[in-house]
Amino acid sequence: MSNTTKTYWKGLPQLTNDPNYVKHADKEFVDLGVDQDPGHSRRDFLKMMGFSVAAVSLAACEAPVRKAIPYINKPVDVDPGIPNYYASSYVNGGDYCSIVVKVRDGRPIKVDGNSLSKVTLGGTSAQVEASVLSLYDNYRLRGPKVGTANADWDKVDSEVIAKLGEIAAKGGQIRLVSQTILSPSTQQAIAAFKAKYPTTQHIQYDPVSYYGIWKANEESFGTGMIPSYDFSKANVIVSIGADFLNTWLAPIEFSKQYATTREVSEDKREMSRHYQFESNLSLTGANADYRTAIRPSQEGLVVAALYNLLAGKAGVAGISSTLSGVANLEKAAGELWENRGKSVVVSGSNDKAVQVVVNAINNLLGNYGSTILPGLPVNYRQGNDEAMAAFIAEAEGGKVDGVIFYNCNPVYDHPMGEKLEKAIKAMALSVSTSYTEDETASACAYKAPDHHYLESWNDFEPKKGHYSLSQPAITPIFKSRQAQESFMTWAGVANADYYSFVQNNWKSKFFANDSQGWDFQTWWDQRLYDGVYESGASAGGSVSFRNEALSSADSSIGATYKANASGIELVIAESATVGNGSMANNPLLQELPDPITKAVWDHYVTLSLKDANALGIKNDAEGRTQLVSVSANGKTVKVAALVQPGQAQGTVGITLGYGRTKVGTVAENLGVNAYTLLSMLNGSVNYSATSGVKVEKVNEDFQIAQTQIHQTYMGRTNVIQESTLAEFKKDPAAGRENPMITKWDEKVEAASLSLWKGHEYKSHHWGMAIDLNTCTGCGACVVACNVENNVALVGKQEVINRREMHWLRIDRYYSSDAQPGDYEGLEQASENPEVTFQPMLCQHCNNAPCETVCPVAATTHSSEGLNQMTYNRCIGTRYCANNCPYKVRRFNWFKYHDNQQFYQSNPAMNTDLGRMVLNPEVTVRSRGVMEKCSFCVQRIQTGKLTAKKEKRELNDGEVITACQASCSTGAIVFGDMNNPESRISKLLKIDHYKTVKNAKGEEERVFNYGIDKKIGNPRAYRVLEEIGVKPNIFYLTKIRNKDGKKENA
Amino acid sequence: MQVTSAIREPLVTGGKSVADVSEDISRQVEAAPARSWWMAFGFSLVLLLFGLYCVCIMLWEGIGMWGLNKTVGWAWDITNFVWWVGIGHAGTLISAILLLFRQRWRMSINRAAEAMTIFAVICAASFPAFHMGRLWLGFYWALPLPNAFGSLWVNFNSPLLWDVFAISTYFSVSLVFWYMGLIPDFAVIRDRAVAMGHKTRALIYNALSFGWDGAARTWSRYESVALILAGLSTPLVLSVHTIVSFDFATSVIPGWHTTIFPPYFVAGAIFSGFAMVLTLLLVTRKVFKLEDYITIYHIELMNIVIIITGSIVGIAYITEFFIAWYGQVPAEQYAFINRATGPYWWAYWSMMTCNVISPQLFWFKKLRTNIAATFVLSIIVNIGMWFERFVIIVTSLHRDYLPSSWSMFYPTMYDVGQYVFTFGIFFTAYFLFSKYFPVINMAEVKSIIKATSERKHHG
Repeated sequence: MSNTTKTYWKGLPQLTNDPNYVKHADKEFVDLGVDQDPGHSRRDFLKMMGFSVAAVSLAACEAPVRKAIPYINKPVDVDPGIPNYYASSYVNGGDYCSIVVKVRDGRPIKVDGNSLSKVTLGGTSAQVEASVLSLYDNYRLRGPKVGTANADWDKVDSEVIAKLGEIAAKGGQIRLVSQTILSPSTQQAIAAFKAKYPTTQHIQYDPVSYYGIWKANEESFGTGMIPSYDFSKANVIVSIGADFLNTWLAPIEFSKQYATTREVSEDKREMSRHYQFESNLSLTGANADYRTAIRPSQEGLVVAALYNLLAGKAGVAGISSTLSGVANLEKAAGELWENRGKSVVVSGSNDKAVQVVVNAINNLLGNYGSTILPGLPVNYRQGNDEAMAAFIAEAEGGKVDGVIFYNCNPVYDHPMGEKLEKAIKAMALSVSTSYTEDETASACAYKAPDHHYLESWNDFEPKKGHYSLSQPAITPIFKSRQAQESFMTWAGVANADYYSFVQNNWKSKFFANDSQGWDFQTWWDQRLYDGVYESGASAGGSVSFRNEALSSADSSIGATYKANASGIELVIAESATVGNGSMANNPLLQELPDPITKAVWDHYVTLSLKDANALGIKNDAEGRTQLVSVSANGKTVKVAALVQPGQAQGTVGITLGYGRTKVGTVAENLGVNAYTLLSMLNGSVNYSATSGVKVEKVNEDFQIAQTQIHQTYMGRTNVIQESTLAEFKKDPAAGRENPMITKWDEKVEAASLSLWKGHEYKSHHWGMAIDLNTCTGCGACVVACNVENNVALVGKQEVINRREMHWLRIDRYYSSDAQPGDYEGLEQASENPEVTFQPMLCQHCNNAPCETVCPVAATTHSSEGLNQMTYNRCIGTRYCANNCPYKVRRFNWFKYHDNQQFYQSNPAMNTDLGRMVLNPEVTVRSRGVMEKCSFCVQRIQTGKLTAKKEKRELNDGEVITACQASCSTGAIVFGDMNNPESRISKLLKIDHYKTVKNAKGEEERVFNYGIDKKIGNPRAYRVLEEIGVKPNIFYLTKIRNKDGKKENA
Repeated sequence: MQVTSAIREPLVTGGKSVADVSEDISRQVEAAPARSWWMAFGFSLVLLLFGLYCVCIMLWEGIGMWGLNKTVGWAWDITNFVWWVGIGHAGTLISAILLLFRQRWRMSINRAAEAMTIFAVICAASFPAFHMGRLWLGFYWALPLPNAFGSLWVNFNSPLLWDVFAISTYFSVSLVFWYMGLIPDFAVIRDRAVAMGHKTRALIYNALSFGWDGAARTWSRYESVALILAGLSTPLVLSVHTIVSFDFATSVIPGWHTTIFPPYFVAGAIFSGFAMVLTLLLVTRKVFKLEDYITIYHIELMNIVIIITGSIVGIAYITEFFIAWYGQVPAEQYAFINRATGPYWWAYWSMMTCNVISPQLFWFKKLRTNIAATFVLSIIVNIGMWFERFVIIVTSLHRDYLPSSWSMFYPTMYDVGQYVFTFGIFFTAYFLFSKYFPVINMAEVKSIIKATSERKHHG
């Protein structure tokens, strides 16, 4: 280059030696003209901008400060994040259940059954499961009140004591009104109160009265009591209007007993036969093998006719009242007679005359001492209707000066509540200890709120000799006070501490005789640990029936009941979900579908299709209907009408528990108060009205929210598989449908063909078995699942929009008289249908159709056979839900938490108080994601971690799903199908080995970790086997104890 | 100047010269919009704004604003998606397949048809986007992007993911193809703008035409690229709707789980696409006075395509019923009986009437060459095709396996609003297109004039 003489110019400026060019000649790029350095670099600018953007956005989304205060001194046994369990007792009036409370970080979040209890046998009910949310009810009283003003306890105490003193001084009458009191210590506290104020009378009543039974036993045997029943020993069960599986007396206990008689297997091909005669289709009637619809005006005569049929067989004189032509009655009588001493007849009637005849029947059959235990009376219902009626009459007459309502609400739940309300206001002193400001508390001058049961100490004797304790699972949330302490304070007892009171009672009553060489504290701790205690319980004791009771009952029945009444009759029953109404403000129960009608959040009368047509009532599939006005006993209510298959013609049914007016936002003004329609008959409250009932259509439309709007089974064969006992005896695989797939040359079992390779589960293989024969359809599992998994409650309108969130539902199908193929006919349920219940939840398919369609792999298969949902990853295309053949996936259509729109229906996610009930182990799902049953994966994980920490294998029974735990009848069995010792393996008779050819071509038995395990139980089937999704949930066929073959479609 | 063929009707009537073509088409772009354009455009904007309101409320509150429920997880959203995608098929079919088959009659309609495709695909794509519960995440989680989630990746098993690929591919290719064709025409407008002294317009259209110079070499490359793109798009015409049909065909739901869907969906797509092209062109032709370019002959040919595809669709419907009976699967049988006689019978019979019976009227030459009849029928066909998708989606879902979960679907204002929103997008975009872009492919139309002039002189 240096040799050349040529010069290459970069441009003309170089040639002309432009000064501007020379200045920048050494630079590759000409300066763009920014001469002055502003002192800030580009980096500074970016830094500043980045900071500002971050600061602004952070400031904009500042999270509200939530206080979390750590323990200064950590209490023993309380570890953050690790739940503690406390045995306790659920008591609501006379309803009782022994429970175990799960407490996490000081908050009770779940209630399970206590398997140590010989009364409730580890079962629970929907109401028990839901009760934990009532603890966090926003409507609870925050503290005592005088009138409508908040007060402190000193003020209330001094004023109440002063007034009690005044009344006592002038000899005025004091009444303490309560529901049944199961607690011996409470009785003692009340006794102390009575001792101080001797004009006090303690009046017990029950919102749903069983006084007729109590009276009938008094008349029949000389002792007023209600005996224990043992359905488990009964081969033949006849119930005339008693809904003993859901509302009657002690349904948790009865369900368990009943289920033991309904279990069948290859080795046990016998089951009880159950006849039901009733007007409304109850849950119990839905489970019956033979159900006959009767009118309430016939009830007494049906019982009398049954007596006469049996008397004829026994060769004793019959009674004059009778009724002929009642379907199935003769058959029932024949079988009862064959099973003398191994049968039971129960009646739901509260008419003592009817109950006397029922006693006579059981006496004839020799059932006392075997299925009915008069020596082991139960205390669930001790209410005295006559005393209560007398009290209200006195109060009306101004003869009562002071009244204390102990956890009862007669203004709402007594037929004369309205009169009582007026009378209360005129009294010198009126006190309510209700923990909410209910109708009665509102009428009272003083509100002295009791603790919620989960905050209280108490003891109970639900059944003679069977005791139990309740202990606080949380420090009282509000300034409430144990009612017994209030009574003792007002009585001037020096040490009113109820805890030591209970303890002392137990010390003197039980410890003295049963110390077992322990010191009292250890003994007491053990009692608390167990929660239950037995002392002096024996089933012995016999009774002798007085025949004179029968003759007076006969004439009473003859006068009251009619064989052929015309005109419409009204049947009033306890609600299957909200019960007697005391828990109406619990949205878990309001959104629990009624087991029969599947209605939620609504009150209605049920009537038969014929009566509906006659009245011009039309129901459509969407629950749209009209209002009717129902008049009975001088009262008229306006309520929606729902056509109900199985409803006796000429009758309408209505449930109690609705129409609360002072209850809180959840249930306020839902439905009407059916207590007002009640009347008295033979000294007790009568739960029907047989004359003077008027039902008229009102031209007003109404829509009832139902979670299931298609009622019949449409002749399908692979969803419910059922047969009769007669067939089952011949072949335990009766009723099984094995769908076959046609290949080009042969038919093969559907499950034998698959495009998928399947899975190998090398550790656990979770599975579930659900016995359709022992599932009664009660719905306790639905509530348990809701509580365990923080399932959102969406309210009536969203249910009408078919968007309820339940992970587990109970499908209820009615049979139809139509032939398969007649689809229009199949949509119409039979007049008195057979009913089938099927719990339906995520089936955890091994070839899950939801997993393949998710574009982002938010739902995947676990190495243990679970179909799992990753909420974080979900983008909400809903493709998985569409492709789910079982329709168990639930989408978050809205934000259900922290959203005022759902404040009323879902307080657990929308109020500070309610949020305390949420299970911290389960995410509250955000808007726009899919959710579904996880097989309680949090429980599986806890179980696995515990086993791992203890360096052992996970044992069967350590992991129990919430639904399984809640099931009183044990219809749900969950476990590891890879564990040959597990209950599920044994129940399903799983063959854990398969034959394969090894490398040498020899046949070899190897453990089968795959998805196609051979199931040996002939009753076991998978729903929709033909589509090959291979669920991990097996159902056991439904067997009805009917003669002959399955009849209906 | 123009000559007419002895054997067939001329494709362009009115004796247009090459200059006439430039003048007629470019005039629309250059002149101030007509009053009728303003009215139509204004109406589209109103639709768009109302739709946007519904979309915003839905985004704010949640998918629950729509009428969907636990049983029917898709209804109007995916119905509209499939419907719009179907409409989007005509453009590519006309521009690609007819190009390969050298069907020259396509030349005056392909521009508008392709534009329609682009807009329809945009509308279609909005539904899978908005139907997601968490749109803000779905946008990128549904794409196979490298991420910080470790092994977390999209699920290649999912037909919805295939949709993402199918739609985006189709959209990109259609867009490129359409734009390619526009380049020489933009250059024409630029040249005219230069001649008329409109500097801004010249600048804009110059940029849009990428400085097209009209050299022979450029033309040659243009032709080659057009052919290559046509070749690329041809399989897309078949694949896109095939993949959309997989959303249903690969599922287990009776009424969805059927192998006939791919051909049936493709035929249906072409059917509805042609109907939509007709609806739009009949209006455009009238508004922009293009009767000489879009002639009765064009309309008749498109109507013949409608008869053919309509009949294919009809046979598919009947085949589905036959297979349901022949297959003897109870759930499948019920699904089809329920379609025809269940609570949504009216949707089914609307579909049958609109899609199977009404196109058969085009066997009458009088009707298929009648503008008014064609216009009405083209709308009826699209109503029918909407019902077809509704019937497939909703009536299959609302009553599937377990009778306990059966339910109904009732649309809300927000379902309707979402649909209106896409109409707003579509028409707003179409009217903007028809005002600012040459609605007929001038370059190609000029070639037909040339081609016909080479034929034997007649009369």
